Amino acid sequence: MSTRLTRAGRLIDPTRPLEFRFNGKRLRGFAGDTLASALLANDQMLVGRSFKYHRPRGIVASGAEEPNALVNMGAEGRFEPNQRATTTELFDGLSATSQNHWPSLEYDIGAINTHLARFLPAGFYYKMFIHPRPFWKHVYEPFIRQSAGLGRAPKARDADRYEHFYAHVDLLIIGGGVAGLQAALTAGRAGRRVLVIEQTPHWGGRAPVDGGEIDGQPTEAWIGDALAALSEMANVTLRNRTMGAGIYDHGYALGYERVSDHAPDGGDAPRHRLWRIRARHILSATGAIERPLSFAGNDLPGVMLAAAMRDYLVDYGVSPGDRTVVVTNNDDAYRTAIALKEAGLEVPVIADARDHATGPLAERARGMGIRVETGMGIAAVKGGKRVTGVALCAQAGEGAAREYVACDAVAMSGGWSPVVHFWSHCGGKLTWDRAGAMFRPDADHPPTGQDGLPMVTAAGAANGAMMLDACMADAVAQARLATIAAGGKARKTAPPEVECAAEQAIEPVWIMPQGAPIEARSKMWLDFQNDVKVSDVQLAAREGYESVEHTKRYTTLGMATDQGKLSNINGLAVLSDALNAEIPATGTTTFRPPYTPISLASLGGEAHGELFQPIRKTPIHDWGDANGADWEPVGLWRRAYAYPRDGETVEQAVAREVTNTRENLGLLDASTLGKIIVQGPDAGRFLDMLYTNMMSTLKPGRCRYGLMCSENGFLIDDGVVARIDDQTFLCHTTTGGAERIHGHMEEWLQTEWWDWKVYTANVTEQFAQIAVVGPNARKLLEKLGGMDVSPEALPFMAWADGQIGGFDIRAYRISFSGELSYEIAVPASQGRAFWDALMTAGQEFGVMAYGTEALHIMRAEKGFIMIGDETDGTVIPQDLGLDWAISRKKDDYLGKRAQVRSFMANPERWKLVGLETLDGSVLPDGIYAVGQGRNANGQANVIGRVTSTYHSPTLNKGIAMGLIQRGPERMGEVVEFARTDGGRIPARIVSPVFLDPEGERQNV
Amino acid sequence: MKRYSAFAVAREAMTYHQGWERAWRSPEPRDAYEVIVIGAGGHGLATAYYLGREHGIKNVAVIEKGWLGGGNTGRNTTIIRSNYLQDPSAAIYEKARALYEDLSQDLNYNIMFSPRGVMMVAQTHHEVRGYQRTAHANALQGVTTEFITPERVKELCPIIEINGPRYPVLGALWQARGGTARHDAVAWGYARKCSDMGMDIIQKTEVTGIRQKNGVVTGVETSRGPINCKKLCIVVAGHSSQLAEMAGFRLPIESVALQALVSEPIKPCMDVVVMANTVHGYLSQSDKGEMVIGGGTDGFNNYTQRGSFHHIEETVRALTETFPMLARLKMLRQWGGIVDMTGDRSPILSTTPLGNTFVNCGWGTGGFKAIPGSGFAMAELVARGEPGPLAAAFSLGRFTEGRFIDESVAAGVAH
Repeated sequence: MSTRLTRAGRLIDPTRPLEFRFNGKRLRGFAGDTLASALLANDQMLVGRSFKYHRPRGIVASGAEEPNALVNMGAEGRFEPNQRATTTELFDGLSATSQNHWPSLEYDIGAINTHLARFLPAGFYYKMFIHPRPFWKHVYEPFIRQSAGLGRAPKARDADRYEHFYAHVDLLIIGGGVAGLQAALTAGRAGRRVLVIEQTPHWGGRAPVDGGEIDGQPTEAWIGDALAALSEMANVTLRNRTMGAGIYDHGYALGYERVSDHAPDGGDAPRHRLWRIRARHILSATGAIERPLSFAGNDLPGVMLAAAMRDYLVDYGVSPGDRTVVVTNNDDAYRTAIALKEAGLEVPVIADARDHATGPLAERARGMGIRVETGMGIAAVKGGKRVTGVALCAQAGEGAAREYVACDAVAMSGGWSPVVHFWSHCGGKLTWDRAGAMFRPDADHPPTGQDGLPMVTAAGAANGAMMLDACMADAVAQARLATIAAGGKARKTAPPEVECAAEQAIEPVWIMPQGAPIEARSKMWLDFQNDVKVSDVQLAAREGYESVEHTKRYTTLGMATDQGKLSNINGLAVLSDALNAEIPATGTTTFRPPYTPISLASLGGEAHGELFQPIRKTPIHDWGDANGADWEPVGLWRRAYAYPRDGETVEQAVAREVTNTRENLGLLDASTLGKIIVQGPDAGRFLDMLYTNMMSTLKPGRCRYGLMCSENGFLIDDGVVARIDDQTFLCHTTTGGAERIHGHMEEWLQTEWWDWKVYTANVTEQFAQIAVVGPNARKLLEKLGGMDVSPEALPFMAWADGQIGGFDIRAYRISFSGELSYEIAVPASQGRAFWDALMTAGQEFGVMAYGTEALHIMRAEKGFIMIGDETDGTVIPQDLGLDWAISRKKDDYLGKRAQVRSFMANPERWKLVGLETLDGSVLPDGIYAVGQGRNANGQANVIGRVTSTYHSPTLNKGIAMGLIQRGPERMGEVVEFARTDGGRIPARIVSPVFLDPEGERQNV
Repeated sequence: MKRYSAFAVAREAMTYHQGWERAWRSPEPRDAYEVIVIGAGGHGLATAYYLGREHGIKNVAVIEKGWLGGGNTGRNTTIIRSNYLQDPSAAIYEKARALYEDLSQDLNYNIMFSPRGVMMVAQTHHEVRGYQRTAHANALQGVTTEFITPERVKELCPIIEINGPRYPVLGALWQARGGTARHDAVAWGYARKCSDMGMDIIQKTEVTGIRQKNGVVTGVETSRGPINCKKLCIVVAGHSSQLAEMAGFRLPIESVALQALVSEPIKPCMDVVVMANTVHGYLSQSDKGEMVIGGGTDGFNNYTQRGSFHHIEETVRALTETFPMLARLKMLRQWGGIVDMTGDRSPILSTTPLGNTFVNCGWGTGGFKAIPGSGFAMAELVARGEPGPLAAAFSLGRFTEGRFIDESVAAGVAH
């Protein structure tokens, strides 16, 4: 059984017991425990079920590489599936449940798959479930979906808070082990701004568990001194519980800080903090991960990585088993055997696959009375939900059992792989180190930054320097290079004095035993979570899925939540062997961020709810809120669609607003319309290129309606341009177009006409703009008093600065409704006061606010086009009868050349017309007019479509605008529109100007 | 070719599956072929397959620089739909969708086409009108779609928040026979059939030059030596402009990174595919249980198959607003692919200035769903030397004529 030893672990505080629950069982641990160590201390080795076969799964590792120990935690708004027990710090009241089983962890119906495993090899689903066709969607797939997945889906909205941090540093060091700390000392002393992030709560990494001495003192003491020295340096920041998540181009890195996962009731601290880091250089000191060995039954609970077992023993005072068989191909696992023995636990045998084990560690183990068998491996592990023993065999043979050894745990070590993720995220290449049997960073092919220089340096075990002495020597050397790359100066220094046991060379072992038959190979697990076995990878190779990416995708090797930290190297070694190729020729799959999964909520940070795309508000917004505005999102703004009053429907409100504006007086909050100042000696010339119209001839004090096209000739925006003075224009854009058009202007100015003397500024939010519209508009302004707004002083399409009612204003005599209309701009700060003044003074003239729908209806009654309705990116001004707005005098404007292409000038193009149904009903939105017959693809031929359609309260009937093939030539013709149900609606082609074609209402 | 079936799997289980043959051969290139297809992605393999099946042209090599299916075919979010607005788009995507329906049976390879339904939610009035227009167009194009209410949206997808604080759901365009398929399997299934027809799929072989004589292509130079052909078909999304340059002509293509990500797997919670264009994100749940999330494209050109992280942030932020339960899930993996963008966001299936050379590219962010239709139309173009009705509108000539097929229409602009 696994249990807590009386000897306290290095990281445990035995004076602070904690209570927690697992599957409802009440259990005890201590402060400093991880959930995994606490479960082991309570003899809870079985912690979950595997993905495919629902095999019993135990804890196999002690850190981020753990593939098995995934649990559901929390409740309601804090419920979260797939939490890794090995990286979850225990807290009082923690409640976890195991995953992927029914009805219970111990008795799982799904485990029947393990008996069917022979019929469910890699990729079985590509070969089965093909017939009959409807069965995939209705029978097979639902079943597969139910049995797949891991944790339960959360249901509630997240109750926690998340935030983003920004850091700009010279050197980012990922990993706070001895190599990372050594590098921090070097760079810190060189005066660089250094950020060191460490994923665990503890500094120093593995070194304190593995033993050895640095500078004459135990590693733990050296770590303490290093931390003390670093915390004295103002230019060095140390952050634990912060994982390097990913590295992106241009020195951008992500850190993932788990601020309060370990103390969820710690007040209002955020749960996670995403660090967005810009670093001149990055040093990856991320250590290495131990590899499992592939022998039959290596997935049974009780089989653990040797170093993980040592961690539980030394760090947490937990023994995973009473009697542990150690199996290895390298010296490091002997440290585990020695530690077990020192803790008073039994180690019946060390099975070493190598022919000789003569290093100091092996000799020491022998000296302690541990039996060491060389050239030996495990033929099979016995047991069900827990290891009960192993059959030993010759590594060189086919697995004939030599001996059965009873045990309740197996410690395995297949060697170590450097954590190369951060080297590889941005394209650093790896090299196969034959002696170390590992991929390590290839210093000749580092990831490079925008300057073409290396962006990342790897140091220590992450660079393949595994032994403590080599690790520290490499850390010193790489720290110097990284410090220089980060802009600092660093001299060559001697590495610290290091004492550590020498190690005999590793012997690569990818299958145990070497000649294992297929029956055994189909019980050797590579990927514990996804149930990928040696036989699966060999099957993929046999079937031609030879690329490592094919094998990965065909077998799902390395696609589990641990992303193959334990399985990838073993898998590709098996693949290489099956292909009779060298390991480096097979290569690795791509390393992608994040290093371990990070919460989606942390990516959002604070930007959710109210702060997700914060609503842009005009100065008059609050008046709308107080007066029943029915809001619609328009870009990031909210605009009032209408202002329904008591008992009114939205439609009734719209009709009232239109009628009142036409008969009395309406106010529109037009503040959202884009306002861009274009200024400079070349401003006129610039606008002549931007608009189809001639703008340079516009006189100061006058306005002109303008059209903008893309290079491809299509209409992209429209609006009124006012010439403020000789060198200054104010360009109005559509609400949604303000930022886009400003960007469009800047793109041309910066890339093509960079020598033109023009500046642009988006002043949309600097002004509130109110349209005062209707027959009583002038009366209202005159009542408020101030500037002369008579037709003589301020004719149609003129503007003037002045005062109205004591406000400094700019009045534009423009109209989008066909009524007498003034659009009046005031500084944003005065917007609400001016609106209120207009409302109060307007009472006697029947003033009412109107919303965007009334605006749309009134413009449609007048046949004015709306960008986004009449245009959709395929429409040119000529289609809309706007030829009058295209200057013939100009040599060029954006879109001019495109508009002479053959299809643009085709007389068959769909052109703007008005449409009226024969019975006065409203045509549906987006409906198409059908022609005769079908096209070559069997689609009904269409000859046009509706672009805008409304009920006109003024005319009391449906009116529509549309684009119809040769439309203007077909006035009076009736065309048929096709409903989605197959019905047809006849409508007559009419002029798009339904009201006041002479403009008598606006030109007063 | 040994047929795949449950029976075959049971039979092979007796020998621990040691009797399975290769899904596709790994041949040495021959000196010459009738047709060389450059690019063994979904589109290239489908082109080869339909050349054989529809036109009896089986003397075909498909040459691939890396591993088959390793480009965008293996990097997309596997969505299949045909609810396009413009007639030529609806025609080719609907052809593709229809071929997907029985592709598993046709290829004897389970590509897991799952018509679970695709909805494009409308979150502004402008989008509502846009999707109503698409529904009208689809009805005339023979594409079955309908505009559905927010209540129906919630019924079909219980995890969606339809009354969100920022952009309430106002309705959706629903295509019940849209869905997803297993992307790798599409490439593998086609490859297996092509190989079975005697075609050579030549992987890990880079085309380094295009041999020409008198304005006609005679073959290609490769990293494994020259190979001759009578017709050449370039189907290399992400590298189209480079191959065209090799052949001596230019394409109106920009190459940008498009990103996607998946969460850790969870038990089934979402049966449909949801696309939310206002907030730029789309979401589905894979058969493995991962939530599959598609994001936006970078605003600059590159070839790195990595993208800018802020797009991931924006996409995730938008989707956690629309699907609040996502917040407590974790991002397992993010990746990027390089997509070909044309000026009108529609593909190119076209003849080229070189008489016997054809190009298929420009599928932008949506090529996976088109694979069977694209291959079908391309095979017709290559076999006959001129486009059939499906490909006709997608010629290179449309850019000089101004005959764009603009599908960004629904995106339009706010007013």
